[in-house]
Amino acid sequence: MTKELPAPTLLSPELLDEAYEQRLLERIRAGDKTACAECIDLHSAGVYRLALRMVGDPHEAEDIVQETFLNAFRTIDSFEGRSSLSTWLYRIAYNAALMRLRKKQPLHVSIDPHVDEEETATTPVQLFDWCCLPEEDFQTAEARNELERAISELPEPLRAVFVLRELEGLSTEETAQALDLSVSNVKVRLHRARLWLRERLSGYFTELAQRSQERN
Amino acid sequence: MDAAVSHHTCKELLVSLSDYLDGEAAEALCAEIERHLADCEDCRVVVDTLRKTILLYRTLPPPSPPQTIRARLLHALELDKDAP
Ligand SMILES: [Zn+2]
Repeated sequence: MTKELPAPTLLSPELLDEAYEQRLLERIRAGDKTACAECIDLHSAGVYRLALRMVGDPHEAEDIVQETFLNAFRTIDSFEGRSSLSTWLYRIAYNAALMRLRKKQPLHVSIDPHVDEEETATTPVQLFDWCCLPEEDFQTAEARNELERAISELPEPLRAVFVLRELEGLSTEETAQALDLSVSNVKVRLHRARLWLRERLSGYFTELAQRSQERN
Repeated sequence: MDAAVSHHTCKELLVSLSDYLDGEAAEALCAEIERHLADCEDCRVVVDTLRKTILLYRTLPPPSPPQTIRARLLHALELDKDAP
């Protein structure tokens, strides 16, 4: 019953090839510009998606991508290879995004994420079963927008965990490395993010289901 | 009307639902959850809608970077010039 959930599938084969990554790193360290471009081709889309989900603005997301690679190539010698290259790049991008968020809203973004985390403790309130809706109701542009908006409104301490683990397909361990969290903390935050999204989407889909019931 | 999942067992099982849906919960825990779901309509709804939520975001098309981003990046990082 639980097997029907598809795994996140954004990882390309090159991203999983350790030998290729080793060679790529050596070439970047040797100052090979083609290798840098290859690295960008391989990783910029993922870095862009994380940045976009974090800051919400495409232009700013692009700035973060630029900052990330600039920073990465500059400090590539300090990369010890304890994580994969992509995890390391996500980490740099995440920190760059966080810095921008904190500059913009120093009062709203808590320095201690645990405070926010407690506030988002999630007890299910929406208890209408909207799974019965016809499949086409889930595939409309409106439904997709609703989902996009819900993801963009995920509380900040949950959002990066959610994006890396669920949308980018990183493992729990890689997500923990990228965000400097413990494995158990990643699991807790992911679970809360899912419950939060369920609650949020339930509002929209329940209304949709009730409207169609009234019509029939 | 009780509009929230608030019973002791429900709350206890709630924390394990992600493990359960990911197929990472131990067999004994799965059995316990399934026993509870057979009797508890509220939790059944939570599990079904949670599963559907996961399915929906995992099949959401990912946002694509703007097509011109590569050229701008290579230019900004001075990677579009030939090595001296
Ligand atoms: Zn229950």
